[in-house]
Amino acid sequence: MTALLITVFAPLTGALILPLVRSLRLAGWLNLGFCATSLAGSVWLALQIMDAGELTGNGFHIDAFNIYLVVLTAFVGLTTAIFSRPYMTHICREGRVSARRMRLYHSMFQGFMFTMLLALTTNNLGVLWVAVEGATLATVLLVSLYRTPESVEAAWKYFILCGVGIALALFGTVLVYFAAQQALTDSSEGLRWTTLYAEAGRLHPMVMAIAFVFLLVGYGTKVGLVPLHHWLPDAHSEGPTPISALLSGLLLNVALYAVVRFKMLVDGALAATDKAAIAGHLMMGFGLLSFLVAGLFLYRQRDIKRMFGYSSIEHMGLMTFAFGLGGPLATFAGLLHMLVHSLTKSAIFITVGHATHIAGTQSIDHIRGLIRTQPAVGWGLLLGVVAIAGFPPFGIFTSEFLLLMATMQRWPWLTMILVLGLVMAFAGLFRHLHPMVYGKIPEGQQPVTANMLPVMLHLGLVFCLGIAIPAFLARWLDQATFLISGSHLL
Amino acid sequence: MNTAAWWLVLLQALLFLLGAPLLVAWVRRVKARLQNRRGASLWQPYRDFYKLFAKETLVAHTASPVFRAAPYIVFGSTLLACMVVPLLALGLPSAAVADVIVLVGFLALGRFFLTLAGMDIGTAFGGMGASREMLVSALAEPAMLMAVFTLAMTAHSTNLASIAEHQLSTGLILRPSYLFALMGLVLVAIAETGRIPVDNPTTHLELTMIHEAMLLEYSGRHLALMEWAAQLKLMLYGVLIVNVFLPWGIATEFTPLALAVGLLAVVGKLIFLGLLLGVAETGLAKMRLFRAPQFLNLALLLALLGLLSHVILEGGA
Amino acid sequence: MNLTHLTLLEQAVFVLAALVLFLSFSLLAQARLLAGIHIFAWQGGVLALATGLIAATSDEPHLFISAALTFGLKALTIPWMLHRLVRRLELERHADPLQHPALVMMAGAALVIFSYWVVAPIEQLELAGIRNILSISLAVVLLGLLIMVTRRQAVTQVIGFMSMENGLFLAAVAATQGMPLVVELGIAFDVLVAAVLFGVFFLHISESIDSLNVDRLNRLSTREDDGV
Repeated sequence: MTALLITVFAPLTGALILPLVRSLRLAGWLNLGFCATSLAGSVWLALQIMDAGELTGNGFHIDAFNIYLVVLTAFVGLTTAIFSRPYMTHICREGRVSARRMRLYHSMFQGFMFTMLLALTTNNLGVLWVAVEGATLATVLLVSLYRTPESVEAAWKYFILCGVGIALALFGTVLVYFAAQQALTDSSEGLRWTTLYAEAGRLHPMVMAIAFVFLLVGYGTKVGLVPLHHWLPDAHSEGPTPISALLSGLLLNVALYAVVRFKMLVDGALAATDKAAIAGHLMMGFGLLSFLVAGLFLYRQRDIKRMFGYSSIEHMGLMTFAFGLGGPLATFAGLLHMLVHSLTKSAIFITVGHATHIAGTQSIDHIRGLIRTQPAVGWGLLLGVVAIAGFPPFGIFTSEFLLLMATMQRWPWLTMILVLGLVMAFAGLFRHLHPMVYGKIPEGQQPVTANMLPVMLHLGLVFCLGIAIPAFLARWLDQATFLISGSHLL
Repeated sequence: MNTAAWWLVLLQALLFLLGAPLLVAWVRRVKARLQNRRGASLWQPYRDFYKLFAKETLVAHTASPVFRAAPYIVFGSTLLACMVVPLLALGLPSAAVADVIVLVGFLALGRFFLTLAGMDIGTAFGGMGASREMLVSALAEPAMLMAVFTLAMTAHSTNLASIAEHQLSTGLILRPSYLFALMGLVLVAIAETGRIPVDNPTTHLELTMIHEAMLLEYSGRHLALMEWAAQLKLMLYGVLIVNVFLPWGIATEFTPLALAVGLLAVVGKLIFLGLLLGVAETGLAKMRLFRAPQFLNLALLLALLGLLSHVILEGGA
Repeated sequence: MNLTHLTLLEQAVFVLAALVLFLSFSLLAQARLLAGIHIFAWQGGVLALATGLIAATSDEPHLFISAALTFGLKALTIPWMLHRLVRRLELERHADPLQHPALVMMAGAALVIFSYWVVAPIEQLELAGIRNILSISLAVVLLGLLIMVTRRQAVTQVIGFMSMENGLFLAAVAATQGMPLVVELGIAFDVLVAAVLFGVFFLHISESIDSLNVDRLNRLSTREDDGV
């Protein structure tokens, strides 16, 4: 339990202390320090879980499904903090952000980490909602950090759309609580996930089905599912790059995590009825739609961060589809994809941060010849895109391949659509990538100081995961697959 | 028994006839007091009628027979409409026709001839008043029907007497649908009887008047009948609102005591309603004619909400 | 479901729920900003009263806390903050009229019917009363959404957002006798922070585009269209 408390509350402490730190240098290091503490805590926690299997108490619940996401979140938080320290110092020196706003930035960075970790570890569905809403509130001021008209607009859209979405999710949560009150003897337990999961079969199926529609639309807004995705590319393109990395790598995952947690309850409640698969079908529909629409939109992007924002929508759609498909194979693929996508996408955003720094713009048309100006950044971008497009030997290939296999088993004709979408996304990405990496260098383009350690770390991990999945991780994923789909894969 | 009951019907009609001017006078009195005036005596409308009936009746030379007949038809149909509404007692023989749709029909007949008469002479004001009246009533009528249907759905009858009876037999139940229907009906009543903020009964300003514009060419007993009909209409709506929504006190048997209680109850309720109307009219300004549709849309919306909340919240019970 | 089986206090809850719905419609129709803020405050007050009544009838003392919280937050603090902002941005006389009021009203009525239809399948008889309130609160939520969609003004959009929150609260209170206190406090905190942030945003938006007309927040979408 101590490990858990360190993991979750180190960022909260950070969020409370950092506004008081005047020195930018110190704040950057402290930010890093808090993230490192949190990661250390999460690793310790993971070791405990490896022995114990799961941990429940004090309103928290850790099982195989969320432990790997906790470690992932803390890890990406740390690497992003490593990237953020010099990058934001540079931004601050350029005069785009005042020193006072940098204090807000660091505080909210930690606040965001806290809400993410809280959402992942809490056992209470109401607290889950509060935490996800808190994540919106923490990041909305970060999106508008530069105070340009565009960033204010992006933040407003983000705020309104996610606010509406999350409100619908609360309605769904209320319905779940309502169903629980009817079924459980002790109504104060009505939002405790473990209790609900154990008693899922007794929940009123109709209420749960209606609730799930609201929850899917609500948390789905945060996942970035089409047609409620409009905030995502805007927020990704206008916010500071570290925040884009966190949004894509973590927030979307956490929202999807919430959806899947609820799906587990709904599946249990509906198991005995004739509409047992309705939650899965809804998720498949939304997921596939997002996947295809985002794939199409990749073509017409002119802003590099927007483009990768759409790529995130595409992948989130794919994961939603995978969890909707159900069954051990697809679920395993979805879990793995959450992990590798998060690592790859945050690596890409970090690289993109350096690339825009080199080119001085986010416009794709003006980013040229990276590989010759600064090979490390060029290669980073190239490899990152190769990985995200699903080439072997990177981990995304593994998960996408597993997903295609699963689709082939259950819905063979959907495989065609999936493959088509993957090809489309690949073409859309590479159309833009090639000139950016190899094109003619604009005059006077200089290399910048770039710390590529986080990128190498992330891509290296994704590479390793593509080659072989370590036994402990495979066991976790398999255990999570069992929790979600009801049967083991391995 | 039966003849006695029929006498009671006539008594009700008589009470309407005599009470209507008094109600109007009461509202005027309240308004006068609120404006720090002494106000006219409560008997002033009767004196006006006496004066008008005694005067010579002039008719424009372009007038058609419709113009001469209209005051009698308007007055007659309004009086018939009044007889449909339960005033003192439920279960009267006239209750057999005391249907909401009949009531609306009588009122529509009166309005039809009123507007015809307004246009008959061919002056600009008459036609203008007629068109405005039609605008208001075209919007008010559906709202009124919908509001009353909300009640009818609860009572399973469109008969006013049965609706009131149902309300009496179930005791006090706070029904959201009744609340909305009441608010909607009040708005409709304000529009239909030409009170502020839709029309100002005391104005003769050509830009704003609706009802008065149609009466400009009338004089003598014609004018008296038209005015009287308008006053009857006000009382009719007042009685409709108080006796359908709050029927407590109304006589259900024909003993003198019950009837006396019924009379006292309805007089008390009307006095209170008149007070409210006077206060509201003092506080509100008349709105532009173009906003009247919005006002009536609100009434329609309220009535619609009444229907919906009846279905949703009361589950058709 | 028969109202006659309920006590007078429970009936009053239904009436108040219906009033909340009506106030949502008034918000939808209201063009003037200040009047809108006042209606919103009334809605919060009615909601707090309903919560208090439910607390009294259902013997759930913690609901009194949420009633007080609602009253303080939604009937006093947030309207006061909005009021102050509107005065600071000199928008007192500003109106944000609807383009097609009759159409919007009809859409609103359709949403009410829709929400009834959504909740209707919950058909156990003893739940009927709760189901009805759920459909009302869903309607309030959807009407809040409609307000946000039909309005161009940042302030009215926020009012729509907050009235959505009111609908959610009504659902939570009426259907489940309120959420656990931790969650309720969390939600209240989130709402408060959201309100503060909205205030900050009004200042930013009016700074960056010299108006609070959200229609003019379209740089990002036009940029994307250029790319075609």
